[in-house]
Amino acid sequence: MTLKHALYGATALTLVAGSAFADAHATTITIATVNNGDMIRMQGLTDDFNDKNPDINVEWVTLEENVLRQNVTTDISTGGGAYDVMTIGTYEVPIWGRNGWLVSLNEGMADDWNADDLLPAIAGGLTIDGELYAAPFYGESSMVMYRKDLMEKAGLEMPDAPTWDFIREAAAAMTDRENEINGICARGKAGWGENMAFLTAMSNSFGARWFDEEWKAQFDSEAWATTLNFYLDMMNESGPNGAANNGFNENLTLFQQGKCGMWIDATVAASFVTGDDSTVADQVGFALAPDTGLGKRGNWLWAWSLAIPASSEKQEAAKAFISWATGPAYAELVASNEGWANVPPGTRTSLYENQEYLDAAPFAKMTLDSINSADPTNPTVDPVPYTGVQFVAIPEFAGIASEVGQQFSDALAGNQTAEQALANAQELTTEEMEAAGY
Amino acid sequence: MARAITTQKKVMWTALAWAFGLAIFFPILWTFLTSFKTEATAIADPPVWFLFDWTTENYTAVQERSNYPKALMNSIIIAVGSTLLGILIAVPAAWAMAFVPGRRTKDVLLWMLSTKMLPAVGVLYPLVLLAKWLGVMDSRILLVVVLMLINLPIIVWMLYTYFREIPGEILEAARMDGASLSSEILYVLTPMAVPGIASTILLNIILAWNEAFWTILLTTVNAAPLTAFIASFSAPEGLFYAKLSAASMLAIAPILVMGWFSQKQLVRGLTFGAVK
Repeated sequence: MTLKHALYGATALTLVAGSAFADAHATTITIATVNNGDMIRMQGLTDDFNDKNPDINVEWVTLEENVLRQNVTTDISTGGGAYDVMTIGTYEVPIWGRNGWLVSLNEGMADDWNADDLLPAIAGGLTIDGELYAAPFYGESSMVMYRKDLMEKAGLEMPDAPTWDFIREAAAAMTDRENEINGICARGKAGWGENMAFLTAMSNSFGARWFDEEWKAQFDSEAWATTLNFYLDMMNESGPNGAANNGFNENLTLFQQGKCGMWIDATVAASFVTGDDSTVADQVGFALAPDTGLGKRGNWLWAWSLAIPASSEKQEAAKAFISWATGPAYAELVASNEGWANVPPGTRTSLYENQEYLDAAPFAKMTLDSINSADPTNPTVDPVPYTGVQFVAIPEFAGIASEVGQQFSDALAGNQTAEQALANAQELTTEEMEAAGY
Repeated sequence: MARAITTQKKVMWTALAWAFGLAIFFPILWTFLTSFKTEATAIADPPVWFLFDWTTENYTAVQERSNYPKALMNSIIIAVGSTLLGILIAVPAAWAMAFVPGRRTKDVLLWMLSTKMLPAVGVLYPLVLLAKWLGVMDSRILLVVVLMLINLPIIVWMLYTYFREIPGEILEAARMDGASLSSEILYVLTPMAVPGIASTILLNIILAWNEAFWTILLTTVNAAPLTAFIASFSAPEGLFYAKLSAASMLAIAPILVMGWFSQKQLVRGLTFGAVK
């Protein structure tokens, strides 16, 4: 389709434009969100919001993460105003906030919303120059989930804060190929939110970084070589077959079926591996993500947050909704309807002081410790010019990291060596960063 | 003398045709099977074929989560509307090109087709801004017009090819009998080209039904069709294959049924004029 076609269309559109105006009674806000358990639960509880705000109607648009990002970016950059509240990740908030695309939440939120109660590590990733641009709906980090029975069988004991060397040793000891037990399961599927989330976080604990302070790519550094070789060796020794195709869901299934000794992934998985679908629910233990003694752990930090695009014409109603969905009262609402274990985790200090929650969620303390041990403003050992633990908060990152992820996934599949993968990663990152003007 | 076809050859060709047909049908079959599995069985390795506990829970979950009838209705209106509007514009255009060609008709035809080579995202911003200015974002009429414009080159090309097979003398005879231009097109040309027009309509309904770039980008709540409905069943933690398959089956079922019943017309139209 060409612009000329579009202009032909405009003539036709003008004729029918009159029929398309929406009714202008009660305020209707449109919320764009991703499809996950907590968000779907929130949709189910919308009646409570309607009872408290009878003059605001809520319309939901649920989309796949990448489609959502594409839609929301188009809408926000054209000032489309189609959405009044949007669900965005920790990666977008600093970028969009700096572009002036989001409304600051420092003012106008409900009185009982209490910004001081937000976990500092999470709020830090959503704040630019003192302005909070998004309210966290749920937060997560990553940690080690392990099988207590297999650990005991191997004659080992998992410390609360293990090292990578211990994890590798334990993985080798737990591996039992005949019985389809793999010592370690970790992400291998290519993607900036898949293997690169894991590997970037892991590289922080080995002292590696994406860029130095001059924005020069660092894949030719010793620290990256150590990280990738360690990962590949460990996965080849003790990982599942076809690990290069495994993402979150695949590893979750393997763990639930009892085929993983350890799994390092999102803290949000804790409720799944101890839930009804898991065949090993009563044997799961938790530990912090591993380190190498350099002062940083290999865990990431992520939050799905609610933000208001600057193009929204219903910002007051949008703030009322966000106050409801991310406020302390929402936790109690979920608890009274579906139990404390289902409250969205990782956003508020008060939740981790609530004894009922701590009793219902055995993984609560480890989740909190993991979140608190991540620092998005100072993610790795050496200084870096970017924020973000398992990502670099620049618009170019998603594209570059997806390509780098492909290289590393190829190396895990055995199609190339770690050295080749790193050399390719260095070359393509340097090229793209130069093209982007860094 | 006609060549004799031996039974052996017949069996071989039949087997080959079946194998080919099954290979093409396999993705749909697999989606169908997956939609009745649990999420764990769906990604089991090695894959499970038929021996699993069949469950309809995915269909229940999909129905509970979204408004399928509304998305279905939007898809029908958008696909049928854009195709019919396209036919209304394309029939006179194809008539002119087939029966009263000018010096540059061939070039115009090629130029029309070349517009399909432009990446859609290239006109994303102008179109969104235009739609916003006209206040028609997230409306069915916008999608009807946009999809009509996208498919118009194909519609014109297809109709042009069919019209070229109709002898111009018949139209001339009608003209000599005093038929006006509109009655010539409406009462002489169109009835003769019905198989061609029918297959053009069917093919374009399918194209519009499956269009997933504009239909997702230009809609939010009111006009979101089945493509947006499917897109909502993919999660940040990865794909939930079983639910996604159930949503896909619900989305393709209507078009599958339509294709099934109209395959005779479709094949006839596509091969129309192939043998002289």
